[in-house]
Amino acid sequence: MDLKNIFNFKKDDIIAEKRTCKKCGKSTRYNELMANSMICPTCGEYMRMGAMERLEVTLDKGTFKEIDKSLKTKNPIDFPDYADKLDKAVKTSSLNEAVVCGLGKINGNKCAVFVMDSNFMMGSMGTVVGEKITRLFEKATHDKLPVIGFTTSGGARMQEGILSLMQMAKVSGAAKRHSDAGLLYVTVLTDPTTGGITASFAMQGDIIIAEPNALIGFAGQRVIEQTIGQKLPQGFQRSEFQLDHGFVDMIEERKRLKLTLSKILELHKPVNQ
Amino acid sequence: MLKDKKTTKAYEKVLAARDGKRPSGGFYISRMLDNFIEFHGDRRYGDDSAIIGGIGFLKGEPVTVIAMERGDTIDERMKRHFGCPTPEGYRKALRLMKEAEKFNRPVICFIGSSGAYCGIDAEERGQGEAIAENLFEMMGLKVPVISVIIGEGGSGGALALGVCDTAVMLENSVYSVISPEGCASILWKDSAKAPEAAEVLKLTAQDLYKFDVIEKIIDETDRTSEEICYELKNFICDEIAEKKKLTTEELLQERYEKFRKIGA
Repeated sequence: MDLKNIFNFKKDDIIAEKRTCKKCGKSTRYNELMANSMICPTCGEYMRMGAMERLEVTLDKGTFKEIDKSLKTKNPIDFPDYADKLDKAVKTSSLNEAVVCGLGKINGNKCAVFVMDSNFMMGSMGTVVGEKITRLFEKATHDKLPVIGFTTSGGARMQEGILSLMQMAKVSGAAKRHSDAGLLYVTVLTDPTTGGITASFAMQGDIIIAEPNALIGFAGQRVIEQTIGQKLPQGFQRSEFQLDHGFVDMIEERKRLKLTLSKILELHKPVNQ
Repeated sequence: MLKDKKTTKAYEKVLAARDGKRPSGGFYISRMLDNFIEFHGDRRYGDDSAIIGGIGFLKGEPVTVIAMERGDTIDERMKRHFGCPTPEGYRKALRLMKEAEKFNRPVICFIGSSGAYCGIDAEERGQGEAIAENLFEMMGLKVPVISVIIGEGGSGGALALGVCDTAVMLENSVYSVISPEGCASILWKDSAKAPEAAEVLKLTAQDLYKFDVIEKIIDETDRTSEEICYELKNFICDEIAEKKKLTTEELLQERYEKFRKIGA
């Protein structure tokens, strides 16, 4: 898989494009950034990765086979302006929904992978996101494959009302069956992982890894501040906070993630096969 | 009391569901169960009084009941933080559900609060993880689970007691992914537009019945809460009897499919 296949526009355009680091303000060419796993070469800030970028740096070249790519969201509860929002999200993200699912290999280890993408309506989960992840778990259970999930999401998608909320239960059911079959599920929590995603499959991994300094929590920071009427402490709900409070197994640097994931996968390979 | 006039307006239902005079979880326990004994604590950190849990007889059958309780007086409401459960509340609920599974008792959950407790301490003790664990474990709980929305069913905090075989809503209860005020402030930067948001969120019992998210609506109009309890109790007993005819595999398969089909 090369960059040209990942995106629906010309490779030259991407390479020429520059991105500005939110922390230090320096602009870096896209291909340089990608070669550096979307970490600012000047200040080391982790820029948010799209799903395709994440797959590019995580999976072995040419091994990713996407599943349910064409599944697109309609407007199940006729929410005002939702159809337009979806159209815009499809255009700006070059994706059909906020999660990309498929099968691939990590240093030769076969696995099922889902990657959420915050460029698509803040990675929020509606019925199609729930359905795609559920199907992936079901396929992985059937094929006896581990699941690696990269989360980034604002939570359940309000524009699909109660149906979005129910996806939390639906995915949990599929994750439970996968677990009951003795199969491995690893979640990688990336910035930001909040709301209904934290309160469901993000926290259901056998092993939970967080990227450094990712925002991970249930309630939104603004909501908590308004509720308690005070400012939140520095580092609240960040990866290091979650590690300190015992809710993630480890924090791993982005450039070491692939190696760490493959080590974990190798340690879980069936012994007699 | 409950609303005395039928309404189809979503926000009127939201207000009815939140009405301070509306019965909370403890009321249903006291009217429906005999010999109820309350149990406390999550065996991990603490006890959350926003959730009442325990065992009792429902028409002669032992059941485990878990109910959100908002409290009546201001002092009690502060103590129970208006029925919004902390992680300890959800962990106590799960502990009691696992206990029910061991002794083969059906589980009944009463849901009615604006959502999971929101605060620094709740985040420090893993509010998200607590809810996630409940969803995961309830999907595999080997006894029948009946969940009843009695007031406001607030998002993930409600769903954490809502993974069930049969979902029931009272006529003027609501169940939503986000509060109408929260939705309005995100959508229109104006929480005063909550009535409009309530309509578009489709959060009424009648909406959820149409979406196949719930199985039963209990009428409230022109009925006393005693009459409502009577029907609810009979319905729950019938449902438990039906679910007990299933093998464990059938029960869990049906529960899986109940959620699997939503948005498939």
